[in-house]
Amino acid sequence: MQFGIFTVGDLTPDPTTGRTPTEHERIKAQISIARKAEEVGLDVVAIGEHHNPPFIASAPTTTLAYIGAQTEKIILSTSTTLITTNDPVLIAEDYAKLQHLTDGRVDLMMGRGNTGPVYPWFGKDIRDGINLAIENYALLHRLWREDVVDWEGKFRTPLQGFTSTPRPLDGVPPFVWHGSIRSPEIAEQAAYYGDGFFANHIFWPPSHTAKMVSLYRRRFEFYGHGSADQAIVGLGGQVYMAKNSQDAVREFRPYFDVAPVYGHGPSLEDFTRETPLTVGSPQQVIERTLGFREYVGDYQRQLFLLDHAGLPLKTVLHQLDLLGEEVVPVLRREFAALKPAHVPDAPTHASLRAAGPVAAKLDEVPA
Amino acid sequence: MTHVVVISAGISVPSSTRLLADALGRATRSALDVTELGEPATYEVIDLRDHAHQIADNLLTGFPTGALADAVRRVVEADAIVAVTPVYTGSYSGLFKSFIDVLDDGTLEGKPVLIAATAGTARHSLVLEFAMRPLFAYLKADVVPTAVFAASEDFGGGAISGGSLSTRIDRAAHELADKVFRRGTALPQDPFADPTPFEDLLRDI
Repeated sequence: MQFGIFTVGDLTPDPTTGRTPTEHERIKAQISIARKAEEVGLDVVAIGEHHNPPFIASAPTTTLAYIGAQTEKIILSTSTTLITTNDPVLIAEDYAKLQHLTDGRVDLMMGRGNTGPVYPWFGKDIRDGINLAIENYALLHRLWREDVVDWEGKFRTPLQGFTSTPRPLDGVPPFVWHGSIRSPEIAEQAAYYGDGFFANHIFWPPSHTAKMVSLYRRRFEFYGHGSADQAIVGLGGQVYMAKNSQDAVREFRPYFDVAPVYGHGPSLEDFTRETPLTVGSPQQVIERTLGFREYVGDYQRQLFLLDHAGLPLKTVLHQLDLLGEEVVPVLRREFAALKPAHVPDAPTHASLRAAGPVAAKLDEVPA
Repeated sequence: MTHVVVISAGISVPSSTRLLADALGRATRSALDVTELGEPATYEVIDLRDHAHQIADNLLTGFPTGALADAVRRVVEADAIVAVTPVYTGSYSGLFKSFIDVLDDGTLEGKPVLIAATAGTARHSLVLEFAMRPLFAYLKADVVPTAVFAASEDFGGGAISGGSLSTRIDRAAHELADKVFRRGTALPQDPFADPTPFEDLLRDI
């Protein structure tokens, strides 16, 4: 099982000091966080993509390439790549290039983005969100698998005899996860292609995640990619830890109370009860996280959100120490012991390359 | 079994809005019992006051919790809705609108609805026609023609029965029962149980 962190890259004032980091500080902090993630033994670092304040999350492949140059092993991923407003041709090129530069340490998570004005800035319409996700990905899927593509769709200029360059490293397209909080169409899409499904699993109750994952698993089997329990599932999670749980609650509460998204709403106690947020000791995080598989089944990737709501870099790095030293080693051992042999690990570049050239597998993928 | 959910946005205890809500609930049950639906009808009242904090939380977080989640589910599954609000500053109350705002899109589509309101004086009575009815029209609910307004003076004499208020209650209740009878019981489709196949999604772009 893979463990890692994901971030949206928000620029939020630290409520305990009132200070907002500069864009430069926050951008460099993301790099420090990613390097630390590798250092403490995590497997994945995923960064968000936004094109509006208060985020510093534009140009994700620039950031990922820079992280890639400063790390050795960690998988570089996204949370999420905007499959709606980005040109799929540019996604195909950018991430294939990133594959080459980082020797295959790349996968992606597709998302739609829910900020209305962003769509028209890129010549799109949020009301087409689902259709954009479906059509753009259909094109991206072909661009990585076919050397020469003829294409005509609703949302972009037709392509005649187009070759996306560079070709994917070793002829192996980056593995793709599809992320969605509540759209059954996206679970259906992930299942159709036999891609991974990532449930964001933060800020919302586990019952929503269970419903989405269950649909994805059922449809994954329906489309012939394997049994439902062999589908590739990733989950988010949000934690704040201290050696003793009262300290964790005391330290995190000022950040929680005014955080973007849920701040000024439910109490920390309500929110930890109703959503997967865990604020407590490393042991509590271990127990809560092990409980996730009870409602999604055996899954392949667990990413934690650690760096939002204005938490200072020093705190985030300390959280990574706790995660890497005390939480993940136990989770690795426990999850491995629980997982049946026929449930696969998350695909990596190495495993996909070993599985053979993608052309040979095209028959298995519908359309 | 036909089940009616009565939404009451009354704040005070006791509340005239709740009083009207109960009267409408009873009248609707009786009206349903004389139509030919077979089993006896039931109704329950959801007092929004009990969920006020959770409604505010839901506006911020996007999902209902605890008892509010249960109340929302009961609205989704109801065969008919009776919606009763006090009039505040010339319209439905903020709490009432906030509850309507946290319902998922489509929750009230096609659902038989009876609208009702209370206020201190009869001068507010057109709130039902100028605020409540357009709200439910937007939600594509199937609203009965008779809206029931009760001012304080309508509760005079210690009883609802006998006056013109009870006539309006009965007429509205029968209109609601008639809609339920004609529509039958229909739950909204569950897209998780029955997803649109991907080929259809691809074709319909």
